[in-house]
Amino acid sequence: MKTISLLAVHLLTTTVLILGVSASAHAQEKATQLHNRATAAMCANCHGTDGRTIEGSAIPSLVGMPKDYMVLQMKAFKDGSRPATVMHQITKGLTDAQIDTISSYYAAIKR
Amino acid sequence: MKRRSFVQASMALGSFGALGSMVGCASVGRVPEKARVVVVGGGYGGATAAKYVRMLSNYQIDVTLIEPNGEFVSCPISNLVIGGSKTMADITTPYDKLSGKHGVNIVRDFVASVDPIKKTITLASGPSIRYDKLVMSPGIDLMFNTIEGLKEANASGQILQAWKAGPETLALRKQLESMNDGGVYAITIPEAPYRCPPGPYERASQVAHYFKQHKPKSKVLILDANQDVTSKGPLFKKFWADNYKGILEYMPQHKVMAVDAKTNTLKFDVQNDVKANVLNVLPAMRAGGIAVQSSLANVNTRWCGVHYQTFESTQAKDIHVIGDSIMLAPLMPKSGHMANSHGKVTAAAIVAQLSDMPVNPTPFLSNTCYSFVNDKLVVHVASVHQYDAKDKTYKTVPGSGGVSSAPNEIEGIYAWNWAQNIWADSLM
Repeated sequence: MKTISLLAVHLLTTTVLILGVSASAHAQEKATQLHNRATAAMCANCHGTDGRTIEGSAIPSLVGMPKDYMVLQMKAFKDGSRPATVMHQITKGLTDAQIDTISSYYAAIKR
Repeated sequence: MKRRSFVQASMALGSFGALGSMVGCASVGRVPEKARVVVVGGGYGGATAAKYVRMLSNYQIDVTLIEPNGEFVSCPISNLVIGGSKTMADITTPYDKLSGKHGVNIVRDFVASVDPIKKTITLASGPSIRYDKLVMSPGIDLMFNTIEGLKEANASGQILQAWKAGPETLALRKQLESMNDGGVYAITIPEAPYRCPPGPYERASQVAHYFKQHKPKSKVLILDANQDVTSKGPLFKKFWADNYKGILEYMPQHKVMAVDAKTNTLKFDVQNDVKANVLNVLPAMRAGGIAVQSSLANVNTRWCGVHYQTFESTQAKDIHVIGDSIMLAPLMPKSGHMANSHGKVTAAAIVAQLSDMPVNPTPFLSNTCYSFVNDKLVVHVASVHQYDAKDKTYKTVPGSGGVSSAPNEIEGIYAWNWAQNIWADSLM
């Protein structure tokens, strides 16, 4: 009887702990998603909300752009190997982590 | 004096607001008793904040936007309407997507007062709305009273500012069209900070381009209270020397003290009087009237201090101030692009706070500002501003940002696309 109730308490505690950990991990994941989306939105002023530019825009859409490609282009702007009008100046202000976040975000959105 | 002008201003606003809501339009929303987020002002900052609170909360947080105008009229590109290469229709965007597509409840009215203790705003038409979070994006207030005679001359329609795009944009264009060839257009610039640092120089370039094509004996005078051109100086000055020699004259250190509407004359603190056929006087600016009136403009009673990580006011909890009204961190310009960026950082912070999530510890802002030196050629200035958690401010990254190497046509295409894309990003 005593053993059973102890076991039950133990099980209950473990369950609560696991639930607690996963709840906070879930909250952290949601927060990261929000921050990443807002970070990527800094490109949307020129490249359109969620990377969709208006019809006929010479400024390219970013939606669905492969991540590896985008990271390479951003780094090429940053080191000057790809010439640009403004992007060489913008990318020099971004961290590698921000470039990774932005590129992952747009790659994950369906066209 | 100031107080009285406020009362007069809010009375004038009140009657206009009532008229506005009577005229009505399809997108006018109901006035709720409460909204989780209330946004005041539907410009680049406020419209973006409203849309992005909706989007970033996956449409879970309700937003009410208070805006007196039925349509958004853009200040960027409005100088091209004055120059004659764009129309008012080109720079006007309706608010219907913000309501229809994003579910922002738009109330067409002015805000008469803010109560940060009860957390309510009261509309000019009477009702109050409770909020959990308030975003103030009221733009700028033009301080007509700092120049003797200007208020009356502006009210009569004789001396225009056209610094808030709208009816005055078109009215200034008409003044230039009806001016005889051989006339003089003079624009005066207040001491920085003011809305859109390169804007006055772009406008002068647009008018010079128009004169060169259509009224070649006419002149443009720039009378600048600053020591030198405040933005893209070498680029503007080279283009003027190469293309507008004999048409455009730049005069620094000219601070206007008074205008004489009878003789169309400008009076300066030190320099000689200047007479012109078309006067375009830009007075000193401060945070939008409602921000000053509700004590949010706590820096010299001109600009609103904010905590830069979230844009929450340093004066009142749960009130965020964005756009041209704020006290800027060093090297941050007062621009539409920046206001759009403020709107997004603020929207994300508000969604996080209302959802018990941590706010982003390292937000950043970007700015790109294009100026047309004629109808096709453009120069830009760009910058990136990273939040520094230690110093609690934004700092530009050394080596980043910069200007165009020379005016060029490809940036003319990008500039127009920039405008269309940022209008869509803010409003659609």
